[in-house]
Amino acid sequence: MPTRHDAAAPPVKGGAAPARPPAESATEERRRARLSRRWQRDVRWSPYAFVSPFFLLFVAFGLFPLLYTGWASLHAVELTAPTDMSWVGLRNFTRIFDDEFFWNAAKNTLIIGVISTVPQLMMALGIAHILNYKLRASTFYRVVMLAPYATSIAAATLVFVLLFGRDYGMINWFLGLFGVDQIDWQNGTWYSKIAVSTIVIWRWTGYNALIYLAAMQAIPQDLYESAALDGASRWKQFLHVTLPSLRPTILFTCVVSTIGASQLFAEPLLFDANKGASGGSQHQFQTLGLYLYEQGWVNQHLGRASAIAWTMFLILIVVGIINYVISRRLRASS
Amino acid sequence: MRARTLPHSRLRSGGGTRIARTTRKTVVIAAVAALGAGLLAGCADDGKDEDDTSSGSGGGGKTKITLGLFGTAGFEESGLYKEYEKLHPDIDIQQTVVERNENYYPALLNHLTTGSGLQDIQMVEVGNIAEIVGTQSDKLLDLSKYGKKDDYLPWKWQQGTTSGGQTVALGTDVGPMAICYRKDLFEKAGLPTDRAEVGKLWAGSWDKLVETGNKYKAKAPKGTTFLDSPGGLLQAILSSEKDRFYDSSGEVIYKTNPAVKAAFDLTAKAAKDGLVGNQTQFQPAWDTTIANSKFAAMSCPPWMLGYIKGKSKPEAAGKWEIAQAPKSGNWGGSFLSVPKNGKNAEEAAKLAAWLTAPEQQAKLFAVQGSFPSTPAAYDSAAVKDAKNDMTGDAPIGTIFAEAAKNIPVQTIGPKDQIIQQGLTDNGVILVAQGKSAAEAWKNAVKTIDNALDK
Repeated sequence: MPTRHDAAAPPVKGGAAPARPPAESATEERRRARLSRRWQRDVRWSPYAFVSPFFLLFVAFGLFPLLYTGWASLHAVELTAPTDMSWVGLRNFTRIFDDEFFWNAAKNTLIIGVISTVPQLMMALGIAHILNYKLRASTFYRVVMLAPYATSIAAATLVFVLLFGRDYGMINWFLGLFGVDQIDWQNGTWYSKIAVSTIVIWRWTGYNALIYLAAMQAIPQDLYESAALDGASRWKQFLHVTLPSLRPTILFTCVVSTIGASQLFAEPLLFDANKGASGGSQHQFQTLGLYLYEQGWVNQHLGRASAIAWTMFLILIVVGIINYVISRRLRASS
Repeated sequence: MRARTLPHSRLRSGGGTRIARTTRKTVVIAAVAALGAGLLAGCADDGKDEDDTSSGSGGGGKTKITLGLFGTAGFEESGLYKEYEKLHPDIDIQQTVVERNENYYPALLNHLTTGSGLQDIQMVEVGNIAEIVGTQSDKLLDLSKYGKKDDYLPWKWQQGTTSGGQTVALGTDVGPMAICYRKDLFEKAGLPTDRAEVGKLWAGSWDKLVETGNKYKAKAPKGTTFLDSPGGLLQAILSSEKDRFYDSSGEVIYKTNPAVKAAFDLTAKAAKDGLVGNQTQFQPAWDTTIANSKFAAMSCPPWMLGYIKGKSKPEAAGKWEIAQAPKSGNWGGSFLSVPKNGKNAEEAAKLAAWLTAPEQQAKLFAVQGSFPSTPAAYDSAAVKDAKNDMTGDAPIGTIFAEAAKNIPVQTIGPKDQIIQQGLTDNGVILVAQGKSAAEAWKNAVKTIDNALDK
């Protein structure tokens, strides 16, 4: 880098002067050396300065809370006196092993995660495939599809709570037309999970479909043409051309959806607003995020909540590694 | 195989007609705008949560006093701020209201423990008062010099006072409980409708109330239950008990206290027999059962009348009547406290004392239905002659005042709210959904114990 400076400098300054007096040349030399050093420092350290705002914010609002949460998890701390900590070692972690509420929440998170993510991604794939054809007003459909994603979670959930109402909900009214008995969407063990998943599916399907659509449009057309020449039906084309080409995209959406599912919070919190963070009278749709919130802000046990947060973090790391291994296998097999 | 339609929109001819493109652009923009407007409308309600309803124009040089409130305290609505500002021209009062106490209280605790973000006056709900008095009293001003002890109901004053004799919170309203019932439904079921006679049906014992429920059920109009919800009944029974979840030394005794188990079992029995609606109070579905007249009676502190009125159809006006509960109890009510490190702590304390004085509480009752915690107000015309649209010409002020005088001095504790909610939302409601009382009790105890364990 400094060489570029040296090469560029002479024509501007002394390039035109045929003979420079030696004294001036010496000061000029020093000046240039100083400038060059400054330039070097600039080049070397400026990039760090430019990226530092992010990292400073990350340290203040990401790293520090993470570490402090770890420190707090080793103590008994109450919200009524957050500075009054008493050391309990790993007790907050060991008790998680026989905390049935934690494992119930973990199970719920997994179940809701699966029954929301799998149909969501499959539907998104199908929708993207349809939208990939030449359609009238395709931009309109794309905007409509993304609308749920732009809706506030709280507003959407509150509307869904009304739709899923047991006595006066529209969904039960509709099912009633076919002779289905009233379903207690909030209190049924499975029904409540399905209802919460529905909200998630409604919100995220369009978003994933758009991602798939973008990837589909990048698949070279000649692949389809040659497949068609070989006599492949549309379905076969989808199976053997579209799907393999989408593999990295599918993997990406899987990872993002997994992360989203493991953080599921607002939907179950608002799905039964009166029971607050307990996730239903029998905790039937309490997710890990909700249980963490309940321990910290409702029950006011910050130490226990911190330990739950860290356990969730560790579980997520394990999930991440599994994801990575699977994706490597997939890549190797292709 | 026929040539397939090319799915790629980007392969379409780049030129296109200018007009077509502009229209499409317009359509898209219009669609986005329409959706955006819808979304904004959907979000508009959120604004209520932390609405800065400020009163008066903040004039220069005035002392500004801020209040942090939740729910519908009604100080501003009943014109009390304006009145105080008129009496003290150098004071400017502003309030911040959070709609739900579940959102308000954790933030208040946080602000108290960090010593920042506090308003000059902070409201505290009765379910949290023991915790505030027990753990935060060193951060609150002693108000015993400002409020007159003899003005307040003794137990209300006591709840805001620490074991060391510091009064850190002054009582605003109380919730003396009565039973509201529908005259038309009672009549159809062959029960008396006169409030004195109805009161006699169950005077002195909650069992008798449940028995009356059985009588009602025998001839009940189709689709109605006797009471609104298991939670309402449990709340009513427990609030009339002297000792509930804590003993006087502060030990948690809810599991071994026979009164709690009896209340739970009686409610479970009523739920099993179908005397209560399968509802959770304050949920939209429960609101609808009020609107559609799906139950005949409910436990009813003064503020509940306002709630009923808000959720009822107009034709229900005057169809309600109100009778004394089997035993008097208190449900709800709040306090005002003044953080020590506020800039205008002393002025704030004066305002808190003025807002909770008998004359002001009487005015508040007339407008807002919050029942005074100051017995001197009970003889004022505003309370004595008070009527409510829902209950026709029933003298509600006199009825609630009668109940207020018989409320037991209850032993309260820091986690009352969590225990009460566990017994209700993780307990008796399960019986209404078909579980046995024993299963429901087990589920409730498990939840509560996990919540209490540090």
